[in-house]
Amino acid sequence: MKGTFSNELARFSNFDFPSFLERVRKEDVERVLLKETLNEFDFLTLLSPSAVEYLEPLAQKAHKSTLAHFGRVISLYTPLYISNYCENECLYCGFRHSNPMQRRKLPVRKVKMEAEEIASSGIRNVLLLTGESRIVSSVSYIKECIQTLNQHFASVSIEIYPLEKDEYASLIEYGVDGIAVYQETYDKNLYSTMHIDGPKSDYLFRLDTPQRAAEARMRQVNIGALLGLGEFQKDVFFTGLHGHWLQNNYPEIELGVSFPRIQPQAGDFVCEHPLTDQELVQSIVATRLFLPHAGITISTRENSALRRNLIGLGVTRMSAGSRTQVGGYSLAAAEEGQFEIADKSSVYEVREMIEQRGYQPVCKDWQAI
Amino acid sequence: MEDPFIIAGHTIKNRFLLGTGKFASHLLMKNTITASRAHIVTVALRRIDTQSSHDDNILEYLPKECITMPNTSGARNADEAIRIARIARAAGCGDWIKIEVISDNKYLLPDNAQTIIATEALAKEGFIVMPYMNPDLADARRLCDAGAASIMPLGSPIGTNKGVCMRELIKILVEEISLPVVVDAGIGRPSHAAEAMELGADAVLVNTAVATAQNPVLTARAFSLAIEAGRLAYCSGISASKETAEASSPLTGFLR
Repeated sequence: MKGTFSNELARFSNFDFPSFLERVRKEDVERVLLKETLNEFDFLTLLSPSAVEYLEPLAQKAHKSTLAHFGRVISLYTPLYISNYCENECLYCGFRHSNPMQRRKLPVRKVKMEAEEIASSGIRNVLLLTGESRIVSSVSYIKECIQTLNQHFASVSIEIYPLEKDEYASLIEYGVDGIAVYQETYDKNLYSTMHIDGPKSDYLFRLDTPQRAAEARMRQVNIGALLGLGEFQKDVFFTGLHGHWLQNNYPEIELGVSFPRIQPQAGDFVCEHPLTDQELVQSIVATRLFLPHAGITISTRENSALRRNLIGLGVTRMSAGSRTQVGGYSLAAAEEGQFEIADKSSVYEVREMIEQRGYQPVCKDWQAI
Repeated sequence: MEDPFIIAGHTIKNRFLLGTGKFASHLLMKNTITASRAHIVTVALRRIDTQSSHDDNILEYLPKECITMPNTSGARNADEAIRIARIARAAGCGDWIKIEVISDNKYLLPDNAQTIIATEALAKEGFIVMPYMNPDLADARRLCDAGAASIMPLGSPIGTNKGVCMRELIKILVEEISLPVVVDAGIGRPSHAAEAMELGADAVLVNTAVATAQNPVLTARAFSLAIEAGRLAYCSGISASKETAEASSPLTGFLR
């Protein structure tokens, strides 16, 4: 198959989403509920308003599917921000270039201090993040940081600016085994109004990033849309489609899907399509049924009570003990983070919460081989 | 009745092999292993954490009398499987290794070609190799030639709990392969396990169905009994099923 995902997206360029969603009847949802393998239109059916009254049976089915494929296990990781310099102008983000915030980039010895602090909590998987500035946070700087992190963690993933395939290949040599890259919105027009300047304004380059990483033989590829920017059904649908396409063309990858919702951040951005908790649950269970083997991540953007309730609905991975400030763990950094953390629980408290739900928190789920 | 189960010269005390993934806690896993009376338990190297505290180190929860068999879960090709096996041995997990090479994370089906390569390399290094495979006779023969200690054909895809969907191919393997045949993956109920044993499999490996059951300890006990029952049925020469009825008073009995 191959080609690029944008070819796949093009099939829907004239698709009338509102009309489809409006025409879904109860019988359609019931038919999909009985199916073992869903196609893309079944998936969209589950995202329709008519599916809302079937949320409980959908949740039960998503629960059973997750249990069969993942067991009663939640993998934990902690994000580590090493730089908040950014060349992009993304209207919704606290790190946007025009935001007059204190900018910081950690020298490698301070990355080590941060790593030691995180590792002392028992976390063995770390997600390395930077604002998107290739000039300040060069690939060579990131490689140095990864070498340091490998001494403290069994698994290192990255969420940085999109790279070329050969750059991903070289980071894999240094010990990276996963990436997270969110398209933010799959609506090309909306995308250009949200990303008004900087390299991130290149929609297609970002869209093809998961494919480049997969071609470089990255082990884990995590995708998602920033829910709240556009109409959630379209972005969740296209995220699912993207995951499905990646699995079909790169079956070796461990696919992960995240559901970040826009939360308060620095600046005056107004979210036009805020996602309710119910819509978030609908998105998660529908995605679980469409992609039964994909990992599903919920970060500390969501509060502890909601995260507790999402366990068992398809979630397999959670961040814990998170700080979004650069130097937030060991250096008492007080400047603004990328977004406000809703769940400020410690790693210990998150582990306890997971155990109380009858699940096992797993801190190590991979290691460099 | 003497009915030893031997793999690579080792007498295995139970034909029920248990996987340790997907459990809600290490303690529950330990209690389930005890209830199962499994002699061989598999564990993913990716989950073994020798640097963590006692509470997090899965190895601390495995009964000492069990044979710990690491698996190469996460390996996408032979090279990765070989590396994982060596790491497991260096971590003190012994010489037993279950090879899982899965290059398809959608259906989790094993890659037989890469499994054969890994088997040959690891067998030469002195590992007791138990390869998880798609039940193909030609590949099973290649695995035997490569030095496998047993073969582990899948019953149905991992996590599906669909039972012995591959029964006809497994029957062929039982007939033709002299190594122990351990049916692995997709066994969802004790009756599935009994069926596999009645077909002539030497053992069954179960993970998902036990770990995710409402009562894993009780479920493990049920599987253990079912596997024992299936083996006894096989040894007793249980009659094959027929398409048509057969009268119990034969027509030619008068000739005798």
